[in-house]
Amino acid sequence: MSIDMSQFHQVFFEECFEGLEAMEAGLLNLDMGDIDSEVINTIFRGAHSIKGGSGTFGFSVVADFTHIMETLLDEMRDGRRKVTQTAVNVLLGSVDCLREMLTSIQNEQAIEEASVAKHKAALEQELNGLAKTEHSSVPAPIAISAIETTETDDLNDTEGFELNEPGWKIAFCPYLDLLKTGNDPVRMFRELAELGELTALPNIQDIPSIYELDPEECNIFWDLKVTGDIPIEEIKEIFNWVEGDCELDIQALVVQATKPAPAIKAVDPEPELEANPEPAPVILSVSIAEPMDSQVAAVKDPVKLLQTEAEQTKNVVQVASSIRVDTAKIDALINMVGEVVITQSMLGLVGENFSMDKVDLLKKGLAQLERHTRDLQQSVMNVRMLPISFVFSRFPRLVHDISSKLGKKIELKLVGENTEIDKSVVELINDPLVHLIRNSLDHGIEMPADRVAAGKPETGIIELRAYHRGGHIVIEIIDDGHGLDRKKLISKAIEKGLIEDNATLTDKQTFELIFMPGFSTAEKLTDISGRGVGMDVVRRNIEALGGNIEIASEVGKGTTIAIHLPLTLAILDGQSVAVGDETYIVPLVSIIESINITEKMLNKVAGKGETFRLRNQYIPIIRMHKIFNVQPRNTSKMAEGVIVVVEGQGVLCGLFVDDLLGQQQVVIKSLEANYRRVEGVSGATILGDGSVALILDVPGLVRFSSR
Amino acid sequence: MNDNIPQESENKDRDQDRYSKKLDNAGQYLSFTLGREEYGVDILRVQEIRSWEPVSRIPNVPAYEKGVVNLRGSIVPIIDLRERFKLKSADYTLLTVVVVLQTGDSKKLRTMGVVVDSVSDVISVDKTKIQNAPDFGTKISNEFISGLVSVNERMVMLLDVDKLLKLEDLDQNEN
Repeated sequence: MSIDMSQFHQVFFEECFEGLEAMEAGLLNLDMGDIDSEVINTIFRGAHSIKGGSGTFGFSVVADFTHIMETLLDEMRDGRRKVTQTAVNVLLGSVDCLREMLTSIQNEQAIEEASVAKHKAALEQELNGLAKTEHSSVPAPIAISAIETTETDDLNDTEGFELNEPGWKIAFCPYLDLLKTGNDPVRMFRELAELGELTALPNIQDIPSIYELDPEECNIFWDLKVTGDIPIEEIKEIFNWVEGDCELDIQALVVQATKPAPAIKAVDPEPELEANPEPAPVILSVSIAEPMDSQVAAVKDPVKLLQTEAEQTKNVVQVASSIRVDTAKIDALINMVGEVVITQSMLGLVGENFSMDKVDLLKKGLAQLERHTRDLQQSVMNVRMLPISFVFSRFPRLVHDISSKLGKKIELKLVGENTEIDKSVVELINDPLVHLIRNSLDHGIEMPADRVAAGKPETGIIELRAYHRGGHIVIEIIDDGHGLDRKKLISKAIEKGLIEDNATLTDKQTFELIFMPGFSTAEKLTDISGRGVGMDVVRRNIEALGGNIEIASEVGKGTTIAIHLPLTLAILDGQSVAVGDETYIVPLVSIIESINITEKMLNKVAGKGETFRLRNQYIPIIRMHKIFNVQPRNTSKMAEGVIVVVEGQGVLCGLFVDDLLGQQQVVIKSLEANYRRVEGVSGATILGDGSVALILDVPGLVRFSSR
Repeated sequence: MNDNIPQESENKDRDQDRYSKKLDNAGQYLSFTLGREEYGVDILRVQEIRSWEPVSRIPNVPAYEKGVVNLRGSIVPIIDLRERFKLKSADYTLLTVVVVLQTGDSKKLRTMGVVVDSVSDVISVDKTKIQNAPDFGTKISNEFISGLVSVNERMVMLLDVDKLLKLEDLDQNEN
């Protein structure tokens, strides 16, 4: 029976990355003073599942590696080993290493042997180093489970009976339904064979005649002999998965033993006591998470996971992305579809033999259809919504690593992690956020000594907060560091020639400086930040998502960076404007106001560029018909058109259009799918009458017109 | 709904027909006219044939890229072949036809419409009979023409759809 295992690979990798994330979170949560055994269990389970899975799929490198981690964790779990910060750091490093290995395998790239070997060595050192002290000082302190006790006794009591080699004799008698649990004896034998020389004698006397044979039952039992110097734990390890599904009898073939070693019986032990029995190695299900755990862990997305990887490897191939959806959401969706179908059949009935007296019924039906369609739309959009914790969850690790590297004490607070946001936004917001948090860590929070000197608590706080506000999601990064220093910013800007020597800037304008390309006030370059690339990219990324970014800061108190993002990238609130015969959509977020002006209010700059004065500010005008080469409906008289004042990348600008048509929600369609990028246009949409309208890319327009 | 069924089965027959012909080293082409010239495109690249409808203009692009239309929810660009080939442009009438073509590989399929005067026929062409396009030097560009073939004493120019639909900067901008 051979199954094409590769079809399960995707699921396996998703599971692994999930497991790794859980392990990472667990490791970070470990409080040295007070070890919560449940947390260690969680970490252990993660490692165990990855090991089991990778063994099944034949990724022996991963399985071997995880095995060492697991051994270490197992000892911690049993209390035989103290949990130390060094051990945790080694484990965290191993988690990273595992993630790299899995990513490489997933992308069919070669695994970086050197890094694996390094982490492996660190793990082994940790394992052996402490094991020694344990032996010398403390005799196994805590009662080991029943099986283990017998096992130790066995080892001590074994009196020889003459045999040539060390090794084990195993009677393996699986129950009929072993195969149904997803275990494959062949795989286990393969693992055994890796430990030593394996002889397997199948006993086929119980196999029924071919007519009675159920291929899903396991009718064979085996007498196995493994020779070699193998610790019993490793043998037991292999049979760990099938405990309870078989009768197992392991006997030692010990040199110079005088009488048969008492058998270690592990016959159908108590149903697993641990919270979580290992999942069967081949996991078939998993497109839909149970509602319960989706509340906690909901949707994992391999692509998103890969994006952080991309930071390090830069070379990651994007895999087909999938999404896990709360069953409750799917149920709601199915419910809505049902309603729509009912309404449709009702309308069908009205349509048959239609007469004028049925008009009321028709109207009612149509109203119902409209309502259902709207609900359906909402439910479908809901499916794409993910809690922002998908982005947030990786930051504790980032903060942990960087703060220890910098020698700062920093606490990360997460608020509003369950705020939901469109999946595509989640994927794209990660990199900008990482950048902003690194900035806060590096430039924002001071060294502990400086903080104490400034009368602040030693530990700095970075707060990541997400919440909804009027169709937008707001993400704030708040630190209580030393804030942005106006004078320093301005002098730096003058030094770099970004502003005039005697320019007077408002607070807002000053903070805007840090978004300028090449601007950095860091005294020294670190590998964390300070290269002066970044904030401009952050801003560009966020504006590409249709959002904007704001900074508020007070010297000595801290800095708050607020990012406003649309809830979804699929729908946009737009203002339709007319230019000649064409209709364009201006995203509502970028519109400040729309006003009517007269020619008299115009000022020419160098005879060409037009500006007008809006409350103490001169604003350049872009005549849309000119830059888009459209025949205007009105003559180009200012009074007959409208100026739409928009903001793009911090620059105000007036778009001169013929008329305002109305506000509406539009569905964004890609222009690039069949065509190409067009300057000044971010996409297209289909209007109520079926025609196509282009959506204006305001920052792009501003850049475009300034050429 | 019912009206479609016979047509569908007819299509299936034709598909089969087409398939068996293909095996016999023959290709089928949709022929159309631009002025007095006759052109052909590989029929497997033709998605559908529509009548001309007004487009939404795209700013600052070559004149032969007329604009985009909504084709059942996707935005499809329309190219005027007369202008693309630098022929005398003609007014759009009720009989003006848009042939919707597909290009690209299975990974990235693009759909585009080309405006032609009228479609004339589906022609079967023995592939061995296709003649290479003559070289006119630099005077006349034959970059889009994959070959010439004679059908009922008329010359039909077979077009290379991929080259035809490769708009300037199109792939450059993808990167």
